[in-house]
Amino acid sequence: MIALSDFLIFGAVLFMISMAGIFLNRKNVIVLLMSIELLLLAVNTNLVAFSHYLNDVTGQIFVFFILTVAAAEAAIGLAIVVLVFRKRKSINIDDLSSLKG
Amino acid sequence: MNFVIPAFAPAIPEMALLALISFILVADTFWSKRYKFATYYATQISLVVVGYLILSSFTTTQVITFDGSFVRDSFADILKLFTIAISMGIFLFSREYLVQHKFFSGEYFVLGLFGILGMFVMISAHNMITMYLGLEIMSLAMIAMIALRRDSAHAVEAALKYFVLGALATGMLLYGFSMIYGATGSITFPEMAEIIASGQADSVVLSFGVVFVVIGLAFKLGAVPFHMWVPDVYHGAPTAVTLYIGTAPKIAGFAMLYRLLAEGMPGLIEDWQSLIIMISILSMVIGSIVAIAQDNLKRLLAYSGIGHVGFLLLGVIAATPEGYSAAMFYVIIYAITGVAGFGMIIALSRTGKEFDLISDFKGLNVRNPWLAIMMLIVMFSMAGIPPFVGFWAKIVVIEEVVKAGFTWLAVLAVIMAVISAFYYLKVVKAMYFDKPEDDSPLEPVNPSLTWAVSFTAILLVVLGLLPSSLIDLCYHSLKAL
Repeated sequence: MIALSDFLIFGAVLFMISMAGIFLNRKNVIVLLMSIELLLLAVNTNLVAFSHYLNDVTGQIFVFFILTVAAAEAAIGLAIVVLVFRKRKSINIDDLSSLKG
Repeated sequence: MNFVIPAFAPAIPEMALLALISFILVADTFWSKRYKFATYYATQISLVVVGYLILSSFTTTQVITFDGSFVRDSFADILKLFTIAISMGIFLFSREYLVQHKFFSGEYFVLGLFGILGMFVMISAHNMITMYLGLEIMSLAMIAMIALRRDSAHAVEAALKYFVLGALATGMLLYGFSMIYGATGSITFPEMAEIIASGQADSVVLSFGVVFVVIGLAFKLGAVPFHMWVPDVYHGAPTAVTLYIGTAPKIAGFAMLYRLLAEGMPGLIEDWQSLIIMISILSMVIGSIVAIAQDNLKRLLAYSGIGHVGFLLLGVIAATPEGYSAAMFYVIIYAITGVAGFGMIIALSRTGKEFDLISDFKGLNVRNPWLAIMMLIVMFSMAGIPPFVGFWAKIVVIEEVVKAGFTWLAVLAVIMAVISAFYYLKVVKAMYFDKPEDDSPLEPVNPSLTWAVSFTAILLVVLGLLPSSLIDLCYHSLKAL
């Protein structure tokens, strides 16, 4: 039997990995998008685990909404990445620093 | 299992807005060839229609529908009406800017309307799913608006920054939501509040959740230390979009703060109050001091906005109905002043000239004395100088925070207000005492913009002379709950 805390630790680890991916990654915008997806998956893991242990289906419904919105978000994100690439011929994050001050 | 059809009546304004947006979205493809401004007029008319629908069914009692996920009360109605009024101003200014800078398109208005729909859903959210959906409808529309000018490297970069940091903030917020759901077993705000008050919930999990929720809120409001996106996005986005993202969403952000913290977790005040105090102090300090070094007016207004969020949070720190209504008054005034400030930049900009540097304003008094006076009013109101309404906005939040026993915080707020007056006066000095680079007269391209700017600026004076009715309105809308 897997305890609730195991799922929560798993969720926290996913959350940490995605945070590290967002803050340490200086190379590629696509990796950034992947980290954001992972962040939402960490939340989903948490919600499903809680939902199971509370015997309440609300958490799983919440997960459906998050999955749907994440798809829309990824679409917009990738569209912007395409724009950035067209403009600069690069998706390196270090190149994105024309706005400063 | 029996399915009960929910009451649709309380959500009619939102449904009507959605129907109108969908219609405009389709119709725009036909209109844009023949009638250039048809989409613009349709947008303004739909806002009037939705405003009328809200007014005609204005409610002083609380109506909850869709199985506890949607609420209609006078707090929501008043905030929605102000959102509509402010958005109409935004679209009025934007049209001329879009024409001058040659990217007039129906998408701007359709996306703007979708953003407003998102704000409405946020304002009326009664559980965490509705809150999340409203937030995403609003943010996704705003990201697309920032990137609307796809040939501009600045705009695309701003859109990417907003997208990544916004998604990060949403992730944090959701992580907090999942923790609170786990601890309380409920996602509806009053139920959460009840379970928290009864002490059944695990306090460690709860305070963990609260920290993440507050971080997510601070990101969305643009408060320090999560403000990195604000100056870049304000600067990089086309001014018409900056005008949009800098004003109306702040109202929805405040509604979100109120629904989550005051309705959802009043029992956890020890946990979130200290966090908000920290965020508020940092926002006021960074907003006042970093703005001094700016030479771009849009960036300056971005930092000033960060400072204003710090002040707004003072009312939330007080955590009384009076405190919340003071914060509500502050956010409404801030949004109106923001429309006037960014509207001024739009009124003076023209094809090939953004007019967003402080040096562009040099000697404006010689070139156009009337607009210089209007800008003076806007700057003085933002600084909080007495006859103007910004003064009342500051005084009500400071009064509430003193009443709540945080006198030191009020002293700090006043000091920061004085420091921030320096950079507002820097703009005034440029207009009145610096020599213009060329002293030819300067008129807005479209005379209606002079009228619009004058109307908004004079509104700040009128509200400053008669602030009590608006303050009362805010107070009663919260007290009715």
